[in-house]
Amino acid sequence: MKRVQFGHSPVPYLFVAPQIIIIAIFFLWPAAQAVHQSFLLEDAFGMSSQFVWFRNFNDVLSSPSWLKSAGFTVVFSSLVAVLSIAISLFLAVRADEVIRGAKVYKTLLMWGYAVAPPVAGLLGIMLFNPLMGDLYILFNKMGLDFNHIQNGNDATFVVVLIAVWKQVSVNFIFFLSGLQGIPKSVTEAATLDCKSAGRRFWTITFPLLAPTTFFLMVINLTYAFFETFGIIDVSTKGAPGGSTATLVYKVYVDGFLGADMGGSSAQSVLLMIMVSVLTVFQFRFIERKIHY
Amino acid sequence: MFRKTLMAAAALFAMANTASAATEITWWHAMDGALGDVVNHIADDFNKSQSEYKVVPINKGGYEDTMTAGIAAFRAKNQPNIIQIFDAGAATIINAKGAVYPVQDLLEKYGTGFDINDYIPGVRYFYADSKGKMIGMPFNSSTPLLYFNKDALAKAGIQNPPKTWQEFEEMAPKLKAAGYEGFAESHSPWIFFENFMSRHNLQMATANNGYDSTDVKILYNNDDLKNHWKKMKEWKDEGYFGYYGRAWGANQDAFLHQKAAMWLGSSGSFGGLRKSATFDFGTSTLPYWKGVGDAPKSTFIGGASLFAFSGHSDEQNKGVAAFFEFLTKPETQYYWHKETGYVPVTTAAYELAKKDGYYKESPDAEVGIQQLSEEGGKWTKGYRLGFYVQIREVIYNEVDKMMNGEETVDQAFDVIETESNKLLVRFHDTYSN
Repeated sequence: MKRVQFGHSPVPYLFVAPQIIIIAIFFLWPAAQAVHQSFLLEDAFGMSSQFVWFRNFNDVLSSPSWLKSAGFTVVFSSLVAVLSIAISLFLAVRADEVIRGAKVYKTLLMWGYAVAPPVAGLLGIMLFNPLMGDLYILFNKMGLDFNHIQNGNDATFVVVLIAVWKQVSVNFIFFLSGLQGIPKSVTEAATLDCKSAGRRFWTITFPLLAPTTFFLMVINLTYAFFETFGIIDVSTKGAPGGSTATLVYKVYVDGFLGADMGGSSAQSVLLMIMVSVLTVFQFRFIERKIHY
Repeated sequence: MFRKTLMAAAALFAMANTASAATEITWWHAMDGALGDVVNHIADDFNKSQSEYKVVPINKGGYEDTMTAGIAAFRAKNQPNIIQIFDAGAATIINAKGAVYPVQDLLEKYGTGFDINDYIPGVRYFYADSKGKMIGMPFNSSTPLLYFNKDALAKAGIQNPPKTWQEFEEMAPKLKAAGYEGFAESHSPWIFFENFMSRHNLQMATANNGYDSTDVKILYNNDDLKNHWKKMKEWKDEGYFGYYGRAWGANQDAFLHQKAAMWLGSSGSFGGLRKSATFDFGTSTLPYWKGVGDAPKSTFIGGASLFAFSGHSDEQNKGVAAFFEFLTKPETQYYWHKETGYVPVTTAAYELAKKDGYYKESPDAEVGIQQLSEEGGKWTKGYRLGFYVQIREVIYNEVDKMMNGEETVDQAFDVIETESNKLLVRFHDTYSN
């Protein structure tokens, strides 16, 4: 088959140019700098610098605290993505069915969207303050022996809870509009054919929402990897014992606080590679199964 | 009318002209809130005292943010004249050869001279190089202190706060019986690692605590320090010691909420506590183990110092020197000490505070400087270790693990030793050429 070729006009390039320039300045250039820095041992003030090949990567990959942080990031991101998608899907389906006061429900469920991650972190950590936090006191009254200050699993629970809470409302908005995009005729026809609401959901509604779900999965994983930084920094600072330090948080600690340019650049490059691989994987293997 | 406007404009222009004739000195610092107000006040006083220079203080966030901002600015060749750098970051800036103008050279060249003996003993060499030349000027210097709740101690039938940990062990059950945890502490790396070594006059690192070279090994993995942490774990399990994690505020709150009868914090916390405590409290020196090392010796200074960045004109450096001289004047130091609780860094200022009767009226304010003026030893003048911010991070993590029982004290100290030494090797390889 012969591909149709149109005569090229420079005008479209002009229109995309601003976007390209912004990406180049704010993403490509710093990313290239990070790659360059990751091969150097350089003092913070840039007075001396030497090329050390893969020394920085070697140091990072052999550091127990980095490996621990990588493990935590995988667990944390999966939990946050899966839970926030599941909960918001449930809420969206329920809210979609409500007739009386639907607006109130919907507005209230969207509210959380307006809260910035560090504020969410602050709210969360106040609820879990060991001296006066309501949830902390409640959990311990229930006999749970809950102590996120000392127990890594409890601390993970706290940061996952805050991160999920913060993300549910974003997902909710997308799911709700996805649900409203499903033609009434389809759902009505399904109701005639099938009595079970559960089965109708899984065979009709859920597949029709698949594009939205896939999109949200990509967005939520990125959120869990990067944007939760503010929550971690305000709530646990990676404690106890580094058990809630995500990879991004570690980059910040070593690079910004510790002024180790090469080491933290190597960490960012590794993180970039991880996220790229993950995204490619999602698009190659999962997106194929989705019908738009 | 037109003429009037013109004249006003001319007058304004003339004023603006005289204002811009003053050389501007930028000062990036990490003091926010009430401390920031005091900083601004001092800069104002300096600006009013003369007309040649104008100091412009700018708050850049916390200690780490300020250092990062300074680094970025220096790399962009846009550095301020003066930057405040905290204790743990000192090695980073001092080892970057040529990044700063040593304060001693600066004052000798542009000022009226320099005598290290003007400073109180505890602060003299902390920010100096291996030959004893002062590189950074001590500014806000603090030291760990013991704060105690007077009501709590009275309830438990205790007369005086503990001088030694042996004394504490005896009184801890009484405090527990009275319904209190013995003590809480904020900042374990600072209080129970760095200052533990200084208080007991123990060597903290090879190469003269790191002053002589960046090729250095940490010496934390020793029995004295480990025994202390074994005790800490025991005390925690007994309910004699309350551990609220790594956050400074959470541990201080335990004291303020009267859960813990005593609290180890900074002498710089004094002003804040005075405002927020709802009970009568006192201060005392950092307890030590009798018989360990040759305790008691003076503690390290914490806090931060001011560095003059290189790469500025003679004119501006002159202004920096003039401002530094203003800062170390007894009156300025005394004002700073009184308003913030940080210790005065010169003997003359300390004398002035005494003469003025400040310590008669609030004797607790003197404990910090007394502790810093205690007899020094070979290992009390300070330390200079690279990537120390990350080493503190390792310590924080390992303390968590010791306290929750994930690791034994011996295991935790092995990790502290290996991880710290790895960081020190990285620092050495980065800065030694």
